[in-house]
Amino acid sequence: MTPVLEARNITKSYGHVRALQGVDFDVMPGEIVAIIGDNGAGKSTLIKCLSGAETPDSGEILVDGERVQFTGPDSSRQYGIETVYQTLAVSPSLDIASNLFLGRERRKKGILGTVFRMLDSKGMREDASRQLNELGILTVQNMKQPVDTLSGGQRQGVAVARAAAFGSKLAILDEPTAALGVKESGKVLDLIRQIRDRGMAVVLISHNMPQVFEVADRIHIQRLGRRATVVTPQTHSANDAVAIMTGAVQV
Amino acid sequence: MKVPAKLEGTATIEPTTNLASRVRNVLYAYPVIGPVVVMLVATLVFSLLSDRFLSPDNLSLVTQQVMVIGIVGIGQTLIILTAGIDLSVGYIAVFVSIVMANIAVSAGTPGIVALLLALVVGTACGLLNGALVVGLRLPPFIVTLGTMSIFLALSLYISGGAAIRGADMPDLLTWTGSAFQLGNTRVAYGVVVMVVLVVLVSYALQRTAWGRHVYAVGDDIVAARLSGIRTRRVLLSVYAVAGLLYAVGAWALIGRAGAASPQAAATLNLDSISAVVIGGTSLFGGRGLVVGTLLGALIVGIFRNGLALIGVQVLWQEFAVGALIIAAVALDQWIRKGSR
Ligand SMILES: Nc1ncnc2c1ncn2[C@@H]1O[C@H](COP(=O)(O)OP(=O)(O)O)[C@@H](O)[C@H]1O
Ligand SMILES: [Mg+2]
Repeated sequence: MTPVLEARNITKSYGHVRALQGVDFDVMPGEIVAIIGDNGAGKSTLIKCLSGAETPDSGEILVDGERVQFTGPDSSRQYGIETVYQTLAVSPSLDIASNLFLGRERRKKGILGTVFRMLDSKGMREDASRQLNELGILTVQNMKQPVDTLSGGQRQGVAVARAAAFGSKLAILDEPTAALGVKESGKVLDLIRQIRDRGMAVVLISHNMPQVFEVADRIHIQRLGRRATVVTPQTHSANDAVAIMTGAVQV
Repeated sequence: MKVPAKLEGTATIEPTTNLASRVRNVLYAYPVIGPVVVMLVATLVFSLLSDRFLSPDNLSLVTQQVMVIGIVGIGQTLIILTAGIDLSVGYIAVFVSIVMANIAVSAGTPGIVALLLALVVGTACGLLNGALVVGLRLPPFIVTLGTMSIFLALSLYISGGAAIRGADMPDLLTWTGSAFQLGNTRVAYGVVVMVVLVVLVSYALQRTAWGRHVYAVGDDIVAARLSGIRTRRVLLSVYAVAGLLYAVGAWALIGRAGAASPQAAATLNLDSISAVVIGGTSLFGGRGLVVGTLLGALIVGIFRNGLALIGVQVLWQEFAVGALIIAAVALDQWIRKGSR
């Protein structure tokens, strides 16, 4: 089987900091791959290279086996790849619907849209509302409510919903449960399973070992800017994984 | 957007129900509530204290006094929405007014040509600010502090320090200061221009993708970029449109002052920022409305006019405007903090 997304020998430096030093990565269709690793191991940098938010210094990225060149955060979207960044990348003062459609707003049909550039705000609100309800993220919500007035978990929900709504192939989620309590984390985790059940592959960065071992099919262990190894919940325990992650065990 | 098959709604995140936070949420979503209330209260109080306040002549005067600040304030609003600030607005307006007058009077070109050229010059001035902010990644405060002096110097150079009288210009250039009768009030054409521009820019901000992107850039520029917005292009366009609006402001300035003078708009910088802030737009970017700035300009105008009518010294008018600014910023802080 061909991986939906594959990276070969990616390097990326920020000045003197060598964040990625030749990383390989792959995720198969319909698979949930977790990325774990210490702070600074290069997890976020890796997924930014995979989504086009950063340009690697060297290395190859392949989508469905074809080499691609991402030129910006929006270019991976054309391939059905959606990313929820660690910083969420929502616009707090815009409302829920505007955030869902941010950067890909839909215009009204006819002259209003083509000449007067008028947005189809109503249509987008209805779609956003239906999306969120069907994903079960927000119950009776006012789509005109600014995201700033939502709780951390609700915002997380909006960001994940955006990825679920627009992605067709792959959702990349960078620590989507980091700021959340146990209950809210559980909800986001349910959401990840729902996305997978729709047929999308998922890349999940998380520090929460029980969570990772619960949902992931494979676990990519990132250490000091490299891929230490890839394990599965069947072959390795959480303790094994942490030992590899911290360098207590060499592989 | 593709719509998936119905899924089991297990991961439900409940909406906020707390009443106090709901009040804040409403104020957050509708930033003009504050200025509307202030304006209504001020109008009520001054109309009780002075019978002249609501007279047609006085209302006509107040609107004429705010039209220049109102027009350039729209441009200032756009820039503040992107979390920037423009200290050069007053001198761009002065510079453009002098260029416009000079083209018409010294070179003897028709009014319409002078006006159109002036709009181009204003846009170019705004683009210069934008290019420095985007290209050199300098803070807008510093860029516009620098260009403020540059445009002042250029204004003095071109004018030789002397004013050009409106009487010597083509009628079109002073048209903004002439008025028509509406009911029993005289309304200056410049006021009509201001209202039309508020409507147009509000439409662009609220009803087009460009508008959403302006808010998103001011909100969190990194998030906007990660959402696929071309943030540099948005910023450049905002400064260019602001420059265009300043040029229209320059036109209104000639009409209002009856001349193009390098001394015409010393207070326009701070007055336009005051109008934006009192109008409920956040100095931190991402939140606010152009119609708020119109209200803010009217509030400043009403306070100055009302206090003068009841015989309060000028220094207390300034005091009142200062207090309003601080109150407006404090309210914004409260709304922002409360919502987090
Ligand atoms: N924009 C940046 N500028 C400079 N250094 C960065 C930047 N982003 C990440 N780094 C550095 O790269 C390394 C890897 O960071 P990151 O990928 O965020 O790690 P992780 O997500 O695994 O915690 C760290 O040393 C971090 O300080
Ligand atoms: Mg990270």
